[in-house]
Amino acid sequence: MIRVVLPPHLRTLSHTGSEVQLEVEGQPTLRSVLEALEARYPVLEGTIRDHVTRKRRPFLRFFACEEDLSHEAPDFALPAKVVSGDEPFIILGAIAGG
Amino acid sequence: MSQVRVLVGTRKGAFILTSDGKRDKWAVSGPHFAGWEIYHLKGSPADPNRLYTSQTSGWFGQLIQRSDDGGANWAPVGNKFVYDGVPGTHQWYDGTPHPWEFKRVWHLEPSLTNPDTVYAGVEDAALFRSTDAGQTWHELSGLREHGTGPSWQPGAGGLCLHTILLDPTRPGRMFIAISAAGAFRSEDEGATWRPINQGLRSEYIPDPKAEVGHCVHRIAQHKSKPETLFMQKHWDVMRSDDAGDSWHEISGNLPTDFGFVIDVHAHQPETIYVVPIKSDQEHYPMEGKLRVYRSRSGGNEWEALTNGLPQSDCYVNVLRDAMAVDSLDSCGIYFGTTGGQVYASPDAGDHWTAIVRDLPAVLSVEVQTLS
Repeated sequence: MIRVVLPPHLRTLSHTGSEVQLEVEGQPTLRSVLEALEARYPVLEGTIRDHVTRKRRPFLRFFACEEDLSHEAPDFALPAKVVSGDEPFIILGAIAGG
Repeated sequence: MSQVRVLVGTRKGAFILTSDGKRDKWAVSGPHFAGWEIYHLKGSPADPNRLYTSQTSGWFGQLIQRSDDGGANWAPVGNKFVYDGVPGTHQWYDGTPHPWEFKRVWHLEPSLTNPDTVYAGVEDAALFRSTDAGQTWHELSGLREHGTGPSWQPGAGGLCLHTILLDPTRPGRMFIAISAAGAFRSEDEGATWRPINQGLRSEYIPDPKAEVGHCVHRIAQHKSKPETLFMQKHWDVMRSDDAGDSWHEISGNLPTDFGFVIDVHAHQPETIYVVPIKSDQEHYPMEGKLRVYRSRSGGNEWEALTNGLPQSDCYVNVLRDAMAVDSLDSCGIYFGTTGGQVYASPDAGDHWTAIVRDLPAVLSVEVQTLS
């Protein structure tokens, strides 16, 4: 079970609380977790990754276990503590705009 | 009893302002989509309870919201705007080729007859259409691919398609405008297009009379006189009486002919309104006085309308989609400012009051007249 923390605007949009719990088959990666998230909440399609390129939106960041995973490849395997559910996978809106 | 519904898009959400036909007491609903940029929201002429909203964010991209009950409830619909084929390049600010990239929806124009059909003008400039109430979107790529697209260049606000006019008397005829490419016309529901910029003169491009490259800010049309178009260009207020085939200047005695909005009285096709802005370097009214200018002669002779508007220390802007009119017998005129005020005049501009004063910066104003 993967715990995903969404930024407040996406919680509002998906009608979720502060944390979403997802079941991901196989070794969870950045790509598979995001795909599971979008499958559960289709309204999030296009808000975290571009519809066409599937690239992360520039002002969003992916954090886990006090590490910045934003620039890792899509098939990057998530840390064991995220896979076990001990730590959340955090999608964060970057501070921007002063 | 008639009712008026004013749809306001702002930097931080949408607001819906309602009043009866007297237009002296207003109820304010919102913010809807709090914290998001609402570039535009507009109701369907065929079903006034059907509203479409462009909700956008630098963080989270584009969403389209739809209401089927006049704005009481909303649901997100399709947000996948994908250019047709390999989109190629347009010009960047420095003149180098730049790939076409979707950024946001500037303007939504519902069909005049079918509430499930709606057009979207987007940045980077292109026109999309949905025929399933916003669930899916398809580019009308004949505009971007008609030939001049690779030479289009963005204005300061981006390469945006911001104006869509659907001709009420000639099905299939449409007009659009792009900053900074110019105006274009289609006769076949958006399948094919041609530039309509003859007569425009823009000193900020190498050939001031070029076929494209003009920073058109807004076009307006009256339904009873659809061959006549009025344009607020970056500089210059222009008029065409042949559906855009040729344009001539009607700035006349305006104190400055820079501005963004232009609109037409609901019942008088030769009565038009602009809000002159000092310059493209100083996006605020001249002398700190917020003045709407009205021409009753289709241009050239303009009168300042000031009653109820701030006449000192006012340095707001009025953006291109932020003026609209109602269609009550005494035509109401409405506009919003970057200072968060929405002003209304129930008597065609003679007297103004602020419906609200402290909204976030206003990006767009639309009006629905409900019976």
